[in-house]
Amino acid sequence: MVGILSLLTFLPLVGVAAILALKAFAPADPRGPSAARWIALATTLAVFALSIVLVANFDIANPGFQFVEDAPWFAGLHYRMGVDGISILFVLLTAFLLPLCILASWKTIQDRVLEYMIAFLVLEALVIGVFCALDLILFYLFFEGQLIPMFLIIGIWGGQRRVYAAFKFFLYTLLGSVLMLAAILAMISIAGTSSIPALMAYRFDPAVQTWLWLAFFASFAVKLPMWPVHTWLPDAHVEAPTAGSVILAGILLKMGGYGFLRFSLPMFPAASHLFTPLVFTLSVIAIVYTSLVAFRQLDFKKLIAYSSVAHMGFVTLGIFSGNLQGEQGAIFQMLSHGVISGALFLCVGVVYDRMHTREIAFYGGLANRMPWYAAVFMLFAMGNVGLPGTSGFVGEILTMTGTYSVSTWTTIVAATGVILSAVYMLTVYRRVVFGEITNTQLMTISDLGLREVVIFTPLIVATLALGLAPGLIFNVTGSATEHLVAAYNAVAR
Amino acid sequence: MTLSGDIALALPQLILAGSALVLLIWGAYQGKTSALFTFAAVAALAAAAIAAAVAPVGRAFGGALISDEGAAFAQVAIFAASAVAIPLTDRWLAQRGDQHFELAVLIILAALGMSIMVAAGDLISLYIGIELHSLALYILAAFRRDDAKSSEAGLKYFVLGALSSGLLLYGASLIYGFVGSVRFTDIAAATHGGVGLGVIVGLVFVICGIAFKVSAAPFHMWTPDVYEGAPTPIVGFFAGAPKLAAMALLARLLTVGFPGAIDQWRQILIIAALLSVFVGSFAGLAQSNLKRLWAYSSIANIGYALVGLAAGGTAGVQSMLIFMVLYTIDVTGFFACLAALQRDGRPMERFSDFAGLMKERPGLALAITAFSLSALGLPPFSGFWAKFYVFKAALASGPLTTWAAVIALLGSVVAAFYYLRLIKVMWLDPTPGAVDRPAGGAVAVTIAYASALFAIPVVMFVLIKLDPIATLAAAAFVGR
Repeated sequence: MVGILSLLTFLPLVGVAAILALKAFAPADPRGPSAARWIALATTLAVFALSIVLVANFDIANPGFQFVEDAPWFAGLHYRMGVDGISILFVLLTAFLLPLCILASWKTIQDRVLEYMIAFLVLEALVIGVFCALDLILFYLFFEGQLIPMFLIIGIWGGQRRVYAAFKFFLYTLLGSVLMLAAILAMISIAGTSSIPALMAYRFDPAVQTWLWLAFFASFAVKLPMWPVHTWLPDAHVEAPTAGSVILAGILLKMGGYGFLRFSLPMFPAASHLFTPLVFTLSVIAIVYTSLVAFRQLDFKKLIAYSSVAHMGFVTLGIFSGNLQGEQGAIFQMLSHGVISGALFLCVGVVYDRMHTREIAFYGGLANRMPWYAAVFMLFAMGNVGLPGTSGFVGEILTMTGTYSVSTWTTIVAATGVILSAVYMLTVYRRVVFGEITNTQLMTISDLGLREVVIFTPLIVATLALGLAPGLIFNVTGSATEHLVAAYNAVAR
Repeated sequence: MTLSGDIALALPQLILAGSALVLLIWGAYQGKTSALFTFAAVAALAAAAIAAAVAPVGRAFGGALISDEGAAFAQVAIFAASAVAIPLTDRWLAQRGDQHFELAVLIILAALGMSIMVAAGDLISLYIGIELHSLALYILAAFRRDDAKSSEAGLKYFVLGALSSGLLLYGASLIYGFVGSVRFTDIAAATHGGVGLGVIVGLVFVICGIAFKVSAAPFHMWTPDVYEGAPTPIVGFFAGAPKLAAMALLARLLTVGFPGAIDQWRQILIIAALLSVFVGSFAGLAQSNLKRLWAYSSIANIGYALVGLAAGGTAGVQSMLIFMVLYTIDVTGFFACLAALQRDGRPMERFSDFAGLMKERPGLALAITAFSLSALGLPPFSGFWAKFYVFKAALASGPLTTWAAVIALLGSVVAAFYYLRLIKVMWLDPTPGAVDRPAGGAVAVTIAYASALFAIPVVMFVLIKLDPIATLAAAAFVGR
């Protein structure tokens, strides 16, 4: 009996098998790349459809884990899967973004298409696995396994300094997660179980919690990323192909935030409470400092990358505020940022595909030649700034409300980040889109094509729908988050 | 114990000894090897493996030779690795027109030596096992006698190996002198109340001798040179089974013979383990030859296995056994890949030879990628599970081994760089030209693919069965 979560996780591997069969039996067929694209698209769309089924059958009143599968493995481990209100939407986000990634790579990736599609499908399987795993070691398998496809995506299809960026990404993340592995094994050794639900109820000794928290923090802070271990991110983003950036910013960063919600808060509440000032400090530094850095960037993509770090600062603020607004806001901010930052990287990709440069100064006056692009980019730029009506607003206001009740000063400093984000986003928007076209090479640039419209439409709908009706999200996350906050506050204070 | 009872217990060894002699005469009479000859050698190993698996539990020849679940487990693994090595090396040598029937005889003799090691119940059989397998391995390293590098490898291995045998013998004589018996159980009884300085000094010498055999730092110097010079498929054999045998021997010697000195030998093992991880991880960074690189990789990996052994108890020995079995399969597969590849008639050994392999031979490039990630210990490859068991045992054992495990884990981040570099070269770099497609590479390719499939995903299903079997074997090794 295969459950829906196993099906979701391993369905992408069916696509991988199909492409591998294609490679093995018709290696020189000129129609191979095209077939691989269609197989990948069909697979990711099937996964998306299945994830809709999953969400439709989800019981929003139940704060616990649902669709649970449990089979004993070896050495006391279990193959244990399940989702709750916190993780299910990340599964949906992953399944939502992957078809768009495949579409975004349709024309731009012409070299080694089969391997590219395999890497993305494997990545999808692993990321969905991360959000569904309910066993520590199983979680670690999925969490760590995605380093390999991402290393290859950056390393093979990336830009000029792709090898450097790929190594930096891999080694940074590995160092963090090796410490987490040590903590995971220590937890199994102490508590005698690797079951995540059981460990959420287990009370570790406060002194032990401190060590475990720090080890998990090392991994998730690199992943999220938090200042000062964020330096791999701009390199990885700049060098990755467009779809790689989308999946990196849209989904992979969220695994850090998800990790804090799933492990740090419920399993080490005392340590989380103890380290809240540290997290708050790092978060506001991230928000202010990386916003200022973003303002100074000459590279379009690097600007969006730094902006991602700043926005993740709000996520950590919300998570460690320990109250309902904060947690809800953090989850919302992660989902919203998944959509908006993904869309912004796609916006960069649109002009990069046409002009093959990411230099901001190269562009200017695009509104004259690309009115539709200007409009789409405007929407997502505003979403990134946090304009009311877009999804970006809800997450930021809620995380700040949540933080305000804990630390007023933190919130005041963080709020300047909202202003700074407006400064850099509007500046880049003005420099790229407005004014007269001064660069003659831009005279022939074409507006969005049909494929690009198809990619952007779901993102626009998602941004506005989440902004105008945030209840869609809060209904799903509500009971699980309330449960988390209640359990946290009962122990931490 | 009657003589017939002793013979029943020593049946695996007797089968190997008998078949080695028969094959030697057959080969000498025939003057060359043949397919039937190779098949007979593999069949002899298979028969010995079956005999080991069904052998009764007991002690033969006055406790000199032990037959239990632990010995059976290690023997089956060793015989399997030896059986794979024979056709692999034979085909490889045939391609180079350098086939000799002695190959199968030597590998069987080495397997015999190893099976005596894992079954040893006293210091005499310990030494006989080590010497028998070492002498066979020295010749195997120098098997291509017209090749200067191969001869050099054999000579280096022999000279340094003789030194380590001397250390080991000296240590054994000290232990015998202070205890009055060579049998492990007698040593344990004599040192029950406390271990004297003389015995400790002897033990240190014995551990040093065995550390040489498993190429643990600081006794690792021979490894890169021997790996580089010896015939490629033979290196695959070197790197797996003999180390498994020596580690199993060490486990029995320490846990059965010196349970009272656990604090002392644990320190030695941890120092050797951390040094090995350190040397293997950092020195590997500077290598440009893949065989040398894998020598350093094996040094680092033996460090992890030693951490598992240092944890002690059934859990520690079990983790070491699983580690060594999984590592043996990985390393066999990796060297099978190297054996299957050549460019312009030259073996591919340097990093630059592997440029763009993903485009030319995607199957083998994928296999090498899997073995690299597995040696690095990245999940879900088999190397991760090996380390998982080791660190689980280390954490359960106490703060000393816990810290050793954490430091070793950090060492793997350093080592990650050279494994990634290999992957980068294969996947990212442009290819300089055509890789040869030599005839007769089918055996090597089959072994490589089978091992790669084991590394991922088969290992995750095999462990369900392997885990309880290894626990049983470990319980036998620690004498419970």
